[in-house]
Amino acid sequence: MDNLVKVTIDGITVEVAPGTSILNAARQIGGDIVPPAMCYYSKLEGSGGKCRTCIVKVSKGSEKDPRPMPKLVASCRTTVMDGMEVQNITSPEVLEARSGVVEMLLINHPLDCPVCDQAGECDLQNLGYEHGLQKTRYEFERRTFDRIDIGDKIQLHMNRCILCYRCVFTADQITDKRVHGILNRGDHSEISTYIQAAVDNDFSGNVIDVCPVGALTDRTFRFKNRVWFTKPVDAHRNCDHEKCTGKVTLWYKGADVLRVTARKDQFGEVESFICNTCRFDKKATSDWVIEQPTHVSDTSVISSNHYETFKPLPVIKENLALQEANKVELEKTEKF
Amino acid sequence: MSRKLLLEHINVPGINTLEVYRQKGGYRAVEKAIKTLTPDEVVEEVKKSGLRGRGGAGFPTGMKWSFLAKPEGVARYLVCNADESEPGTFKDRYLMTYIPHALIEGMIVSSFALGANTSYIYVRGEMMPQIRILEKAIAEAKAAGFLGKNILGSGYDLELYVQPGGGAYICGEETALLESLEGKRGNPRIKPPFPAIAGLYGCPTVVNNVESIAAVVPIINDGGDEYAKIGVGRSTGTKLISASGNLVKPGVYEIELGLPVEEFIYSDEYCGGIANGKRLKATVAGGSSVPILPANLTLKYANGEPRLMSYESLAEGGFATGTMLGSGGFIAFDEDQCIVRNTWNFSRFYHHESCGQCSPCREGTGWLEKVLHRLEYGHGKMSDIDLLVDVSRKIEGNTICPLGDAAAWPVASAVRHFRDEFEWHVKEPVKCLSSNYGLANYAVPIEKQAVAEEK
Amino acid sequence: MLKVEEQQPVAFSSTLLASFDEIVMRYPVGKQKSALLPLLHLVQAEFGWTSVPAMDKVAEYLAIEPIEVYEVASFYSMYFLQPKGKYVLEVCRTGPCCLVGAEKIMSHIEGKLGVKEGEVTEDGLFSWRGVECLAACGYAPVLQIGPEYTFYENLTEQSVDELIDNLRKK
Repeated sequence: MDNLVKVTIDGITVEVAPGTSILNAARQIGGDIVPPAMCYYSKLEGSGGKCRTCIVKVSKGSEKDPRPMPKLVASCRTTVMDGMEVQNITSPEVLEARSGVVEMLLINHPLDCPVCDQAGECDLQNLGYEHGLQKTRYEFERRTFDRIDIGDKIQLHMNRCILCYRCVFTADQITDKRVHGILNRGDHSEISTYIQAAVDNDFSGNVIDVCPVGALTDRTFRFKNRVWFTKPVDAHRNCDHEKCTGKVTLWYKGADVLRVTARKDQFGEVESFICNTCRFDKKATSDWVIEQPTHVSDTSVISSNHYETFKPLPVIKENLALQEANKVELEKTEKF
Repeated sequence: MSRKLLLEHINVPGINTLEVYRQKGGYRAVEKAIKTLTPDEVVEEVKKSGLRGRGGAGFPTGMKWSFLAKPEGVARYLVCNADESEPGTFKDRYLMTYIPHALIEGMIVSSFALGANTSYIYVRGEMMPQIRILEKAIAEAKAAGFLGKNILGSGYDLELYVQPGGGAYICGEETALLESLEGKRGNPRIKPPFPAIAGLYGCPTVVNNVESIAAVVPIINDGGDEYAKIGVGRSTGTKLISASGNLVKPGVYEIELGLPVEEFIYSDEYCGGIANGKRLKATVAGGSSVPILPANLTLKYANGEPRLMSYESLAEGGFATGTMLGSGGFIAFDEDQCIVRNTWNFSRFYHHESCGQCSPCREGTGWLEKVLHRLEYGHGKMSDIDLLVDVSRKIEGNTICPLGDAAAWPVASAVRHFRDEFEWHVKEPVKCLSSNYGLANYAVPIEKQAVAEEK
Repeated sequence: MLKVEEQQPVAFSSTLLASFDEIVMRYPVGKQKSALLPLLHLVQAEFGWTSVPAMDKVAEYLAIEPIEVYEVASFYSMYFLQPKGKYVLEVCRTGPCCLVGAEKIMSHIEGKLGVKEGEVTEDGLFSWRGVECLAACGYAPVLQIGPEYTFYENLTEQSVDELIDNLRKK
């Protein structure tokens, strides 16, 4: 691509294709300067702009028009201009506004992490940990909804929802027919089917993966285990569904596959969407070709229980390729 | 008497009919524009007039028009924003009820200037009577050849439709209005792209307030330069002010911008003073979203100079001691009104009307309302007052659309100017339920007589 | 969440469908969803509220998914998702109206009708509710009654009494 544009984020300059958003430019740099994104999802058209956690300060608009932007902007929906200068973690104003947004996201959140299946891989939990206050200033009753099952595989726990709209976009863009949506207005808004209807089609399970919080969870995995006690392994199968790549992560406890999810990249987005057969119906190791242990960031709670006290899975014991891939960890284990 | 451009013939019997409207010089602007001017010349006149958007933001209308993208083969739209819902504002309803052809005529001229062949008037759903009035007026105009195919033999075609809203303040925000017109929830769009590039159905679109569009008629009739002579500085022309609250004569008044606020409140030509012989405590000068001001700062700047009804003068002093003209919804509070209660009331309004799309507004408006409710009913704490300021600061500027700011400003300004009244609500939790704080310490009472003699 | 079984099926009259056809013509081809708000108003005027079967029929008519109709109907405050009285008195409860006594008018209506906000009187004739600014602040207090949305301005307790009595007699 010619005519790359130059953008500087927190003092680090990167050249990106025209039309790139500030957030995606920051992702190309990587590291701490990447703004958190709760609603934006690069694979869903039209997503973003709503949660306001990715707000940044544009201190210089562009080379041509160096004026700063008057307000903080949502980095996921603001396009970079040549010569733009952006402040994220170097701006106290941004950090303060972001902690304000996090506070808003949490005032009606039940904070029921101890009983939430998402705990350990929850974007809101991470966000609260980094930017939240020690104590809530909200002294009123929190908004509550009834927990409902939308279909036999997915549970909707509306209390935890932050209304990112990702699941609505997913249903619109990935599945054939959307039966759930956003009902009502303002802080009464809720994800619902309105009438009792099951969200049921070949790709419906993907709403679980795109949900940044524990609002949409996998009923087949409900209360089975905490994610940090399970061990993720990349695997694939020849799925005959035309739109499904069959590339997944299997979450093992001992020899059992407790759940199947799509593979997620370092920003928590799925690499490719998977069908419900792969997700819900293929829970035997024999259904899959095992590739390697899933890479989990050192900072994740999931990794903390894994690799330090690495107990090789039964599958690894049987598979030479896996033993090779886990050589370093296996050696560590032998040392203990 | 000041000049009246929009409401000159409002009291003429039958002015709501095409026949009488034409007798009074109606549709001259359509004839002049379509027969003697090019679209660009119409835009130029509007630019020269200095007309600023009358819906609240005050953005120059001519400039807004000149931003409209004109790609080949793509339809362009003009949408009239008649979703008048800002508390304190009822001028558009008045105009549409009594002189609907002024809006229709403005729509024809403006659509011609922008090259739109289909235009919509988005009227808030509650105004069903006005929708029927407009539809009747459109039928009359169509029968007279001012609408439809080949208008006045010029080859220019225009269809004009009225679209009802469904009851949502947020649809007054132009991109939410477009979403609503597309049959969706009224969630404001994330900008850019602006409607001038991608608006209704993804096509270039201009959205203008009723009053702005009606003002195009006198601008074309008399010329932009003539219009610009009225008013003061960058606030040109006349403005409809909706006066409500504790006034002797609430109602819609057309003023020349630059009228002293004091004259507007106390002179018999306008509001006639405060009702029941009471004293003025505070005003909200431009619709519920703008900062509230105590009486002394309403009438005069902090330095003692008189304040005028204009975009600049009302904003003089910034947020510390000024406010905004906004949509011209002028609400007066007498000495018996409780600022805490009113702030809570406005806060409930924004809580009810938040679309719920972005988090600071969705959660913050509800939080503000709950804290204010607690203060109003005597359960508040001193720390609540600072909490209000902090929460409003966290909403302001961090939202997709200006509703967040609109919800934050009244709260922040009420605490700024009437902090002692909030504190009194905490200190006197029982008394505040049955009596009012009265005038704020610094709201210097102004006698009606003194003003009448000066005149 | 509603249970579908509770909903009576509805039939749209040919007059209603004819006005649907007329409204859809206002928009460019393929943009018929724009007609959703006006259509829901017509449905509500005909049936008194927007029930699920009615909304499903509107969805079918506009060739959109039913959830798109539910989303819209629940967003806007004018559409009733539950049956209401024949006359719904909607009293403005926002700032300027409250400055001149809207709250008194509301408690008077509550006493007069003997039902709380949102409830229906036993005879099925009346409901009332507070609504946000009706853009008639200069003639406050005000109320409106659908489906014509006639405005009643400068209300007093007496004028409200008369209004309710007249509606009862109708």
